[in-house]
Amino acid sequence: MSQLSARRRSVNAIMLTLTGVCTVVAVGLLFFILGYLLVEGGSSLNLDFFTKLPVAVGETGGGMANALLGSAKVLILATLIGVPIGFLAGIFLAEWATPGLAAAIRFVTDLLNGVPSIVIGIFAYTLIVLRTKQFSTWAGGVALGIMMIPIALRSTEEFLRAVPNSMREGAMALGATKSRTIFSVVVPAAIRGLISGMMLNLARVAGETAPLLFTALNNQFWSPGWNQPTATLPVQIFTFAISPYNDLHRQAWAAGFMLLFLVLLINITARSIVSRGGLKAR
Amino acid sequence: MTKTLLNLAGTLVGAALMLPAQTLINGAGATFPAPMYTKWFSEYKKLHNDIQFNYQPLGSGAGIKQVTEGTVDFGASDALMTDAQISDFTAKQKTSILALPTVAGAVVPIYNVPGVTGTINFTGPMLADIFLGKITKWNDPAIMKANPSMKLPGNDIVVVHRAEASGTTFCFTDYLAKVSPDWKSKVGAPNAAPNWPTGLGAKGSDGVAGQVKQTANSIGYVELVFAEQNKIGYGAVQNKDGKYVTASLAGITAAAAGAVKTMPEDFRVSIVDSPGGATYPISTFTWLLVPQDIKDPAKKAALKGFLTWMLKDGQNMTEALSYAKLPKEVVAKEEKAIAKIK
Amino acid sequence: MASASTSVPEARVPSSPRASVSTRLFSGDGITLAVVFLAAATIIAITLLLVIELWINSAASREKFGFAFLATSVWDPANGEFGALPFIFGTVVTSALSLIIAVPFGLGAAIFLAELAPPKVSDTMTFLIELLAAVPSVIFGLIGIFVLLPALNTVVPFLKNHLGSMGLFSGPFYGPSILTAGVVLSVMIAPYIISVSREVLLAVPRDLREAALALGATRWETTWQVVVPYARTGIFGSVFLALARALGETMAVTMVIGNSPRIVASLLAPGYSIASVIANEFSEATGNLYTSALIELALVLFALTIVLNGAARLLISATTKRRKK
Repeated sequence: MSQLSARRRSVNAIMLTLTGVCTVVAVGLLFFILGYLLVEGGSSLNLDFFTKLPVAVGETGGGMANALLGSAKVLILATLIGVPIGFLAGIFLAEWATPGLAAAIRFVTDLLNGVPSIVIGIFAYTLIVLRTKQFSTWAGGVALGIMMIPIALRSTEEFLRAVPNSMREGAMALGATKSRTIFSVVVPAAIRGLISGMMLNLARVAGETAPLLFTALNNQFWSPGWNQPTATLPVQIFTFAISPYNDLHRQAWAAGFMLLFLVLLINITARSIVSRGGLKAR
Repeated sequence: MTKTLLNLAGTLVGAALMLPAQTLINGAGATFPAPMYTKWFSEYKKLHNDIQFNYQPLGSGAGIKQVTEGTVDFGASDALMTDAQISDFTAKQKTSILALPTVAGAVVPIYNVPGVTGTINFTGPMLADIFLGKITKWNDPAIMKANPSMKLPGNDIVVVHRAEASGTTFCFTDYLAKVSPDWKSKVGAPNAAPNWPTGLGAKGSDGVAGQVKQTANSIGYVELVFAEQNKIGYGAVQNKDGKYVTASLAGITAAAAGAVKTMPEDFRVSIVDSPGGATYPISTFTWLLVPQDIKDPAKKAALKGFLTWMLKDGQNMTEALSYAKLPKEVVAKEEKAIAKIK
Repeated sequence: MASASTSVPEARVPSSPRASVSTRLFSGDGITLAVVFLAAATIIAITLLLVIELWINSAASREKFGFAFLATSVWDPANGEFGALPFIFGTVVTSALSLIIAVPFGLGAAIFLAELAPPKVSDTMTFLIELLAAVPSVIFGLIGIFVLLPALNTVVPFLKNHLGSMGLFSGPFYGPSILTAGVVLSVMIAPYIISVSREVLLAVPRDLREAALALGATRWETTWQVVVPYARTGIFGSVFLALARALGETMAVTMVIGNSPRIVASLLAPGYSIASVIANEFSEATGNLYTSALIELALVLFALTIVLNGAARLLISATTKRRKK
């Protein structure tokens, strides 16, 4: 065994330690952010926060009840729009499409995925808000739904392809039609991955602010139905954060903590259902 | 999974729709009067539970644009609409736009200078030079001259202005153009979104206030109530008569009173740099932009009802937020204008 | 060899009089195929519509300014003069800065996770780092305003003293600036670099490492001189991916960049990015020219992110495919 020079050995030790430091810092950042939000906002997550409406500009108190409901409504709509389209198209890609067609559809979907969220907001504004002459919850839902499509498609295709062909062949051999096979055999086999993918998708759009700025706008009060502007959690955080009022800052921290907590909870649950790596699909 | 989701959706939809049949009116516009308007609308809701006015302070420019596109039922602006904007509105909405004044307020120069707790005096040309980037340090001779007894540090001035089209900016640049030929030639006529020579952009009056509060050595301009509510220091401005006046109800009222005689039928008037010993020079009215023809009868009734209430009971709430009431003559004129809304 | 889609011939259920209408109807492949094809077609339609709307609604600005739009640095809505350069500058410089910070740092972490850490530790830490990518942009903005800005206020004077002569750190520092935006972005894109680089590093064949070690190289030398160069293409791919993400970031940047459409050759100066100006000015753009100028900016941003995303995927799949051979 040749003698390693002291220089080479020390470079080795230093660089390897540095890489460890980088990793620890990266992981530490997550805990720092979570911890900071907890400290600043945790105590403000009181009953008022969950039940009261925001007060007039300049007054103190109030809460984010309407923003919580608004976010829920927008996200439900987004899921109802984005997931079925992505899911069904994913089935098409995995079970029927020829390689060329599949590649073309994947390419177009990647294009859609790469669109910055603010541009999707503009698209929804010109498509819906200008034409219906109304800022609305459903315009916001459509914007977020469009953002959910590419990931829904990708994850559906990926998990369906992972189901072994033997299962399909077995079903066919028993006389099932192709669609029967897909819905009774293949999809249930892939269900964990599909649910996990849907949850990750939801967590991602739950925090999106930009597409909602020109679609759902904002609302000081409750927003009845689906055709009125509505308050949403991320937009409220943004508005409160850039204001000068300390009381609003306090509420922004609380909302931020809650949002982050929910997003992380969904992420962790989704990933524990199925362990798969990589952010490439984003 | 789908079943649970559908059930949840149904419940939430139901919950969301279970409110009594309501007249819902959406408006957007100036941040200048936002504390007043949001207060008015929440009080009005307490009186009339079935009428809900949702007001979003996005800036005067956004108010003008969205009411022109018809995406909101009314707009709000402290910037006078340009002729181009008015004809754009008429072309798109097939009716005229009424600009109805609501209150008068003051634009104050706010600052955050470490070690300075008193009131800094500003002359008009001085303010213009600061925002032009010609005066760059707090201990500039011009500033020292107007404040002989004050200890000002030699730090760089951080200019903060509005990032978006703003009526507050319109009023402020109106003043700067009137008192500084330099400003007028370099930046131009009063403008809601001028080409700022220097500085940081912040969103909304509250954004500017927030930025100044967080940034040492900064100067900005916001409506008086934002400075008061957040305990941000603001300066005295030299008025046309040469006196240094800090913004107050008296100063704004004096400025507004002076405009009464020259108030045109369409209420488009500037009260900036008005004469008078006690006048605060950077004052302005702010207007609600309401289309003259409103098709929905419920919305029309609600708007007219609100406007009438605003001119009577609403006016009694303005002074608590440091906005001046409208002069009596203006109120009378406006009541006639409201009758025009069909 | 399995083809891309299952090539098992479609079986037909002999229609039985006792099978219910719905069974026969819904087990018919025709309807299912029609439905899923429709879904796929909808996606294409939406994307096409998006591109068309962007193209059409930016027509006024494109016709008036042509390509000069990309080179003009004046943004004066009041006088109808629009130029994209300040925003392209702001977007590019903040993204470049974020890469300069995040790439060495991210690559270092990826090396540790791929080469040094025991598998379980590596998996757990990667999991946690990927959670960082799930943090919403507005929360990064919140932390940026209230934590990073005050922190930078203490660090920058030190930087100015030592690096001020470089010009990059010249001029006054107000807080919101290109530097602040760059730092926030670097934290946001680091997880992408770490995650993808780790995967491409793991895809490098063992034999290469073993050969290098057998020849007497240290662990670090093996990694740096053999493994990383082999995975170079994939690492570039991760950088492009991170860059594409940084370019389109709106909220966090808007909250800390200073919103000033001026081109200044100092990192300490406030700036403006394409996404930020659209977010701030879109709802108030009166007049056709103003709106179409903003939409043209959106088009520019869209084009940039498409190109980068496409390049990224090509590079990443090239590296991970090599291993399968």
